[in-house]
Amino acid sequence: MTALLEIKGLHAEIAGGRKIIQGLDLTVNKGEIHAIMGPNGAGKSTLSYVLAGKPGYEITAGEVYLNGEDLLAMSADERAAKGVFLAFQYPLEIPGVATLTFLRAAFNAQRKARGEEELSSPDLIKRVREIAKTLNIDADMLKRPLNVGFSGGEKKRNETLQMALLQPSLCVLDETDSGLDIDALKVVANGVNALRSAERGMIVITHYQRLLDYIVPDIVHVFAAGRIVRTGGADLARELEATGYAQYQSEAA
Amino acid sequence: MAAVQETIDRVKDIDVDQYRYGFETVIESEKAPKGLSEDTIRFISAKKNEPAWMLEWRLEAYRRWLTMTEPTWARVGYPKIDYQDLYYYSAPKPKKKVASLDEIDPEILKTYEKLGIPLREVEILEGVERPAAAVETEDGEAAAPRTKIAVDAVFDSVSVATTFKEELKKAGVIFMPISEALREHPDLVQKYLGTVVPTTDNYFATLNSAVFSDGSFVYIPPGVRCPMELSTYFRINERNTGQFERTLIIADKGAYVSYLEGCTAPQRDENQLHAAVVELVALDDAEIKYSTVQNWYPGNSEGVGGIYNFVTKRGDCRGANSKISWTQVETGSAITWKYPSCILRGDNSSGEFYSIAISNGFQQVDSGTKMIHLGKNTSSRIISKGIAAGKSQNTYRGLVSAHRKASGARNFTACDSLLIGDKCGAHTVPYIEAKNSSAVFEHEATTSKISEDVLFYCIQRGLSQEEAVGLVVNGFVKDVLQQLPMEFAVEAQKLISISLEGSVG
Repeated sequence: MTALLEIKGLHAEIAGGRKIIQGLDLTVNKGEIHAIMGPNGAGKSTLSYVLAGKPGYEITAGEVYLNGEDLLAMSADERAAKGVFLAFQYPLEIPGVATLTFLRAAFNAQRKARGEEELSSPDLIKRVREIAKTLNIDADMLKRPLNVGFSGGEKKRNETLQMALLQPSLCVLDETDSGLDIDALKVVANGVNALRSAERGMIVITHYQRLLDYIVPDIVHVFAAGRIVRTGGADLARELEATGYAQYQSEAA
Repeated sequence: MAAVQETIDRVKDIDVDQYRYGFETVIESEKAPKGLSEDTIRFISAKKNEPAWMLEWRLEAYRRWLTMTEPTWARVGYPKIDYQDLYYYSAPKPKKKVASLDEIDPEILKTYEKLGIPLREVEILEGVERPAAAVETEDGEAAAPRTKIAVDAVFDSVSVATTFKEELKKAGVIFMPISEALREHPDLVQKYLGTVVPTTDNYFATLNSAVFSDGSFVYIPPGVRCPMELSTYFRINERNTGQFERTLIIADKGAYVSYLEGCTAPQRDENQLHAAVVELVALDDAEIKYSTVQNWYPGNSEGVGGIYNFVTKRGDCRGANSKISWTQVETGSAITWKYPSCILRGDNSSGEFYSIAISNGFQQVDSGTKMIHLGKNTSSRIISKGIAAGKSQNTYRGLVSAHRKASGARNFTACDSLLIGDKCGAHTVPYIEAKNSSAVFEHEATTSKISEDVLFYCIQRGLSQEEAVGLVVNGFVKDVLQQLPMEFAVEAQKLISISLEGSVG
């Protein structure tokens, strides 16, 4: 069976030459949730950008495959259409573009790229409203310009809404817990858990154990100085909460 | 309207640098001899069977024009125009009077069909669902029902067809080519022509006064709300032909009219001159809404060819409580020199200017508005959105002025510029003059570059680079797009995306 995501010997640097990812190996199978934990500056967010294809990063070595296909050879929008979804730590604001307009544009762009038929507006609206209800998103928020003036909780719920609508095969959640109070965290975590399936894999990037109480991972990795320094089960996250990252930073250095 | 949908579909298929209106129609035409002289003007006037006073009016303008010099204050550069190397009159043959659309040269009808202009009168079915591609109503609620649009089509120099004439007549509305109005309603034309933009106004307006060959005339009688949108489509077809239309719209006391203007031209290597004049008069309690989607040929990717668009548009809020609103979407032309303005003469009158000006390639735009507050408690609002891409230069130039007696004058201005790429320029040149201490003028301006992070966010969700730019720009201009009548808004939205194609690498 092919892995959903296979990263082999990946090295990446920011344009300008600073090395961020230094020899990363990671395999995510369908149905698995992997948590990546680590201190600030370890390269966790960079990993999410490199997977999504953000400009400004250079891959100096290594390979990445999604369902056996060369991910690094694809443009960012092709990766999205193939099922890579990045839930942003800081979702961007687009003034003047209603959330629903954005959802429709994204949904139909992906369909078109896959050679599928676009969904009619009424069908799409129905689908969006159903998902929105489960995330406590009211109709008014769908009319507001995307993320403009949204609270931290609204932004993250909106990211979850997009993820649920687009049904990606690989979800990368970058610090989804940042800026959330405990109630919002539960809503978002429920939304994410609802997307757990045997066909889908997830990478959950976080500093804290807290998020992992709600989204329980199958595998936990400690990420330091651009690579994985330790791998374990869900217990590892609790252990880290007690011991901190200091030991890994010195280990990696 | 099927025609509009068809237009959108066609627009979708266009490639970068392929101006979709760039076809030429082969028809026989009758031209005045090349060059400009009193004889040319006499020729035009005679062709139109104009009254004697009209010829005198033209000649006076021409003599005045000879003493004037071309203005150079705008931030645009272009080689000197040889006014003797142009044709000032071109009419499709045969010149016999046409009684119905069936008698019009089928080639011309085909041209308008290609442009997606609904010349045929089509009864519009009530309650027909809008296509999914329609302008967003945010949560996808059913959009407003389609409206009827009466069209006056101007081909090179002459008006070829006006639709819905009968129905308008019933309402007492006069909507016809100005050449026809000069014959049928000479007193009305004489009373208002040149009272907003006098023959002495400026170089290009004076030239227009001397040689204008056609345009639209609208008169809405007192208390009448014009039952449909009125629309004019201008097209320059002939080589080396200047197009000089003259539009005159009068809303009598308590009347209302919404007027739309669309423009296209074939793709050519040489530059073509367009110098139009539009005059609006709103009497007591009257309202005029004037919308333009200007898509003249902008020149190719090397900056060769394109229309020089030197236009004078001015509205006079002559009566108390009158209102004039300009909305423009400017995507075409090699050079745009255009300042739709309002003279707020009547007490409590108000003026509005909503503008989207997009420049790409080597386009140069110098556009804005003037709000001249003369009456008491007058108000004006200016929302300008400039988008510069490629190697273009985009300037907003505006004047807000309050006369000594204009107590209680209020203005709000917001000028936002968006830059795409690093080889273009956006400039804002606002002039503010307050001679009355009770005047309250507010001015806001922003300039920003399109954010790479925002584009990446869109692309991560599956949009292509160009779709992402189109989405962000459409959001940027939304406040103005909302001012357009629905049928135009759909087309404008697509046009905006097209005119920015190839703007990001």
